[in-house]
Amino acid sequence: MSTKLSRREFLKMCAGSAAAISLAGYLAPFMKEAVAAGAPPVIWIQGASCTGCSVSLLNTVHPDIKEVLTKVISLTYHPNISAAAGDLAIKEAIYKVAETNPKNFFLVVEGAVPMGADGLYCTVGEEGHEPLVFKKLLTDIGSKAKAILNFGTCSAYGGVPATDPNPTDCKPVSAVVKNVPLVNVPGCPPHPDWMVGTIAHVLLYGDIPELDAFGRPKMFFEKIVHDNCQRRQYFDNAIFAKTFGEMGCMLELGCKGPFAHCDAMNRMWNQGNNWCVGCGGVCIGCTEPQFPGWPMYERLPEMPVGPATAVTADQIGIVLGAATALGIAGHLAGNVLTGRIGPKKADKSKEGEA
Amino acid sequence: MAKIIVDPVTRIEGHLKLEVEVENNVVVDAWTGGTLWRGFELILQGRDARDAQQLVQRICGVCPVSHATAGAMALDDAMGIEPPPNGRIIRNLILGSNYMHSHILHFFHLAALDYVKGPDIAPFKPRYEADYRLPADINAQAVDIYLEALTIRRKAHEMGAIWGGRLPHVQSIVPGGVSEVPDTSKIYKFLNYLEEIQAFIDNKYIPLVKTVAEYYSDWFSIGTGCQNFLCYGSFPLEEGRDHVKKKKFWDSGIYLRGQYRELDPAVITEEVTYSWYEDDTDGNTPDVAVVTPNAKKKGAYSWLKSPRYNGEAMEVGPLARQWVNKNPDVLALGDKAFSVMGRHFARAVEASQLAKAMKEWVLQLEPGQPVCTPHELPKKEVVGVGLCEGSRGALGHWHRISADGRTKVYNAVVPTTWNSGPRTGSGAATVRGPMEQAIIGTRVADPANPVELVRIVRSFDPCYGCAIHVMTPNGKTLSQFVVS
Repeated sequence: MSTKLSRREFLKMCAGSAAAISLAGYLAPFMKEAVAAGAPPVIWIQGASCTGCSVSLLNTVHPDIKEVLTKVISLTYHPNISAAAGDLAIKEAIYKVAETNPKNFFLVVEGAVPMGADGLYCTVGEEGHEPLVFKKLLTDIGSKAKAILNFGTCSAYGGVPATDPNPTDCKPVSAVVKNVPLVNVPGCPPHPDWMVGTIAHVLLYGDIPELDAFGRPKMFFEKIVHDNCQRRQYFDNAIFAKTFGEMGCMLELGCKGPFAHCDAMNRMWNQGNNWCVGCGGVCIGCTEPQFPGWPMYERLPEMPVGPATAVTADQIGIVLGAATALGIAGHLAGNVLTGRIGPKKADKSKEGEA
Repeated sequence: MAKIIVDPVTRIEGHLKLEVEVENNVVVDAWTGGTLWRGFELILQGRDARDAQQLVQRICGVCPVSHATAGAMALDDAMGIEPPPNGRIIRNLILGSNYMHSHILHFFHLAALDYVKGPDIAPFKPRYEADYRLPADINAQAVDIYLEALTIRRKAHEMGAIWGGRLPHVQSIVPGGVSEVPDTSKIYKFLNYLEEIQAFIDNKYIPLVKTVAEYYSDWFSIGTGCQNFLCYGSFPLEEGRDHVKKKKFWDSGIYLRGQYRELDPAVITEEVTYSWYEDDTDGNTPDVAVVTPNAKKKGAYSWLKSPRYNGEAMEVGPLARQWVNKNPDVLALGDKAFSVMGRHFARAVEASQLAKAMKEWVLQLEPGQPVCTPHELPKKEVVGVGLCEGSRGALGHWHRISADGRTKVYNAVVPTTWNSGPRTGSGAATVRGPMEQAIIGTRVADPANPVELVRIVRSFDPCYGCAIHVMTPNGKTLSQFVVS
């Protein structure tokens, strides 16, 4: 795939895109070119999902979603938009496109993969007289894809439906399809720019962007929320909000910003109107593999990183395995030690089983 | 006798399958079944109770705010608190913004292609043909409005994010109120958005619904349904902890067998006779019921449960809301209101009514005053109930919290289970859900292209994906086809 936009420019554009600039608007002409030059088609399927990722994609600005859908990417199937339904959708818009473009189409997956009860917790159509379970659809066409783009925390890491006790035995896509390049674009939901930017990368350059240890494109997920938070000054001055609607760092109310990776604090949501901590809420760490395996409104240091695991801030740093994260953890631990963040009485009964 | 199945039906939210039996081109029986189960009730059990209003939003990405609202109300109720006036108003504004997004998304992007011929490009092609009746010039205009609606819907979300933090899945709704504080710049930014959205609703959305209704006037007598309506009421206009009786923009009420009555939440039950759950739930009222899934239960055909009001099937949604609240525009339709077009009309009318009201509410905000009541979970077992109206209809959350502050029982009784849950009872005592009732008796002109059925399904604005097959009496499939 050749394009006039260099990778360096592209990455700079994606990583630097602030609230006021529309990533999609900037990229659209280049993507149109790529599609005109025969970029591979895109198929979008939904498993155990809430459709939130699709709705978030609809929030992309300039050009409107209609242009993204009809000109910028060649989207052959999407369950909420496609005119085709039933057999026409399954046979023509999904299986046929996959079979006629082996290793030359991109598959977007929204939602986790229910494995329990032979996959019957999520059926997406019929095959003969048997229900077609999502697990089979994904295996059938996933192996033929050039790459799979997991949009949302559910397809990337399991997310909400895979949370303990995981009633439907939901798995991330990576546990079901092997030997196909995967890109995880987590978030509950992901920001539209993260999705459009990732699609743009694969269409423009024909390969996947550079990823971090959790399979996330570095161009969007390298930053830590806490480091760039608009309320960071409060933290440094040990001013903590005690109730919602108060000024102050949100740590005491449960903010997961110190170990959450994304750029929402710079990019902001919904045309730059607001973001999670901007509205006085807490970051719930929705882009992390363990989401939502922790209590949303309990403060950080005693937070479990996975079901039934209580860890200290240092261990969180080790789990993250990133130098910056270790720095943060150290910073937090330091504050705890010096009494700037008062240690809360450990109450084992209140943690670890969520 | 023949059977029709479409799988998957697209342009609805989620996963649903519809199967009907046809005799001489008339539907004689119908089964609507939800085909996705994630087990939210079980995921919530044992978690910190305060997490509920965050997690329940993930039930649905189209109406997360409705769940956040009901979830937070249930927590308020359990803790014995209520939001201060600013908190109440901001919650109303976030929910109202989501109504704008949801109603516009539903009519234009999910339902309109049943009546308006879409552009000849992917993903609007391939498609199955319906009886498109709009003249070419009006159709072209409708397509233009469809495309404009994509932008307006996005702006409705941007408007909601001013108070909600982000959409979908808001961050600022918390027990006791909200976390976002009002100031004049946010208030005027919100008003600017609202002005544009209301103009679209009044000048494009409502006129287009009326035009479609004119060309498809026979649809005022198709898809009648059970004619029983339930409305929990929504958008509280005053303080007070009695969610049933306090003054709301749309009040609570019941319309049952032609009689208007007061709402009594105590008689609401959920049945699982034909649902893929074990029958031995711990009772059938939502404050105690805990489900055990059984994907291979004999005779079951849905993951949805069947809510009943004193044993009766009740329709919920914009038509139910406006009928119960005696909206003059909707009452003027008389019996024609109980129909596919009646539902679309009621939805459009209430969108305009709500936009107008939000303009007043936002100006009642008082910068500097509190937005949230400080709260703590009680140290004893409590039950909280949150009743509100989602854009799709009556939404109730029942939350039993144990003494250690963890969720013991959680049940979300959602609009789509009221409308398209499976039947209950058996033989002569069978009670079918409103959607099944609306489909039975419908004439299907061409069983190979049963556009009538999906038009009825979509008029309820259901929240799942859906399937329909045609079979002979011995179960042999006559034709497999799909309706878009």
